[in-house]
Amino acid sequence: MTALLEARHITKIFGGGLIKRHRTLALEDFSLSIGSGQPTITGVVGESGSGKTTMARLLLGLESLTRGEVLYQGKNLRRLSRTEWHAFRRDVQAIFQDPFEVYNSFYKVDHVLTIPIAKFRLANSKQESRALIEEVLQAVGLRPEETLGRYPHQLSGGQRQRVMVARALLLRPRLIIADEPVSMIDASLRATVLDNLRQLNEEFGISIIYITHDLTTAYQISHNIIVLYSGSVTEAGDVELVVGQPRHPYTRLLIGSIPLPDPDRRWSDESGRMSQVASRKQTGDGLGCRFADRCPHAFSLCLEKAPPLFQTSQHRATACYLYQDHPSIRREEMDKVFVWRTAS
Amino acid sequence: MAVAEVVPVFARRCQRLGHDVSHDDPMKPLLEVSNLRVHYHTLRGPVKAVDGVNFDLKAGERFSLVGESGSGKSTIALSLMRLIKPPGRIESGEVLLDGVNVMTLSEEQMRQLRLARIALISQGAMNSLNPVMRIKHQIADGLQSHGVRMSRQEAADRVGELLQWVGLRRQVADMFPHELSGGMKQRVCIAIAISLRPRVIIADEPTSALDVVVQRQVMETLRRVQEDLEASVILIGHDMGLMAQFADRVGIMYAGRLVENGPVRDIFSHPRHPYSQLLIASLPSLGKKGVFQGIPGFPPSLLDLPPGCVFHPRCPYAMDRCAGEDPVLRPVGFNHSAACHLLEEHQEATS
Repeated sequence: MTALLEARHITKIFGGGLIKRHRTLALEDFSLSIGSGQPTITGVVGESGSGKTTMARLLLGLESLTRGEVLYQGKNLRRLSRTEWHAFRRDVQAIFQDPFEVYNSFYKVDHVLTIPIAKFRLANSKQESRALIEEVLQAVGLRPEETLGRYPHQLSGGQRQRVMVARALLLRPRLIIADEPVSMIDASLRATVLDNLRQLNEEFGISIIYITHDLTTAYQISHNIIVLYSGSVTEAGDVELVVGQPRHPYTRLLIGSIPLPDPDRRWSDESGRMSQVASRKQTGDGLGCRFADRCPHAFSLCLEKAPPLFQTSQHRATACYLYQDHPSIRREEMDKVFVWRTAS
Repeated sequence: MAVAEVVPVFARRCQRLGHDVSHDDPMKPLLEVSNLRVHYHTLRGPVKAVDGVNFDLKAGERFSLVGESGSGKSTIALSLMRLIKPPGRIESGEVLLDGVNVMTLSEEQMRQLRLARIALISQGAMNSLNPVMRIKHQIADGLQSHGVRMSRQEAADRVGELLQWVGLRRQVADMFPHELSGGMKQRVCIAIAISLRPRVIIADEPTSALDVVVQRQVMETLRRVQEDLEASVILIGHDMGLMAQFADRVGIMYAGRLVENGPVRDIFSHPRHPYSQLLIASLPSLGKKGVFQGIPGFPPSLLDLPPGCVFHPRCPYAMDRCAGEDPVLRPVGFNHSAACHLLEEHQEATS
């Protein structure tokens, strides 16, 4: 079965031209296929500058690739016909970080919901369009009478973001790429938006790529998780394994640095020592492992050659030479270790 | 590390400069805030950003103020520094720092107090560094404007010591802000804040734009300098996880009021106010995977607060009384207080 969306060895380098000589490797040799099996939620985590947003923009076709290709139902995004492009735009939806910037403050919030209806001819009459809008708003837990007819500034951040989730749902997409959808929302409302996303996955069978720097929320809603560091995958697989028993030193550092809301479990010492290791700025195409300069376990091989993915268990792949006794797998086979199951 | 050697030298120097480095009775609060009200006067009426807040802070204590955006946390920070600008106005309240009411000081006395006694690391402080000034000049600037006279060599030494204290290399002194990473810039801001050994450091979301790994480094730096200085810290933020890691005591704000104030362990294990309970239950954790429990409803508009308890429209336990009567903070345990009618009824029933 052809995957809905597939990234093959995609690489993005910013700069390096005549004007901007400084090259930044934003994403390196990243492969992923989505929508061939059951709809799942894939979490993508990493710190700022790790290439998360670049990955999202490449998958959405908003950015040109340096190398590799993105395929929509087996066809390169760049070679889609007009109608195919239209179908792609409907099947793959995006939710962005800032729930204020996506609105035009001169229009009522209804505008962001009526535009896609008109554009994709989802309704034949005003009544039908209204019914559709009310249905999706209710699906995300908003009361239509309290939401419609208002201006964006009259809604809270959480409400605005839920309207964006409703808009994505309106088109009945097969994949939603959500880039930091809750990072600008207050804690008490964050849970509701995440619950909406999970509901879209479970009830409407929509696959979701959930991009975030917050490992806790990624753990809560994802089935599989991909950890990015400086543009390359360090660890990927079943979220329970990657978060529960992290293997890669970077994943361990990341998990150890999370401030847990529990005063009895304060920051542990092991990751504390690692966090003190100063980081050197990575530029251009480094040869070795990108984490080597901060890694307390680094040895000579790490500096010579970037590690491939080693399958450290049935459902986890780790890009680290500490695990070189495990079988190595190709980058494009990363999603073979993923689990396909519904959320508990 | 060199810090240990640096600190005593630094302390001696401060003594020479006439700063008080000794600390008096630890039981007496260092900072007492009572009945603080700050309103922003807008065309649509007063926005009651802070509405009757009381708390105190002991020497060496780490106190966290948490709340959602618009709950009045940052306004408290600014009013402790007396930096509220129109249309905002401090309507009432007393802020006693070492027994001196800062609200009655003249503007010049207040200017001398800032940084020397009470320092603020404001939200996004790292973006407040002057992009065209070397770090050393920005650190020395604060010292000089507080009357510290130094030769060029002394200033360089002092800046170097401060930078080492916050875990940066001395060479950073000659750099410009754009040459530093976010975490380094935030440490420079900490260095500026501690340059005159203040008794109280207010840190308003000091790590909100930083990654978790860097966030941890910055928080650990802040904690270390706080312990070296034996200063008190008021940490303001919305990340409950960070508070659990850092604070001794936590105050929970909702719509301009302090609804609960207690030791960090009690707050997390036995939150008493319904809002605190729901807030803590809504936190995603790495341990258990469960159904998310958001708090239904929305925070009220500060222009038009609900009558009685501000939380009652969203409270699952709301009674008739809650809509009519505003609950006050009352003790619910050792060093622990909460503002809820429910707790009062409970207390009466048990006594």
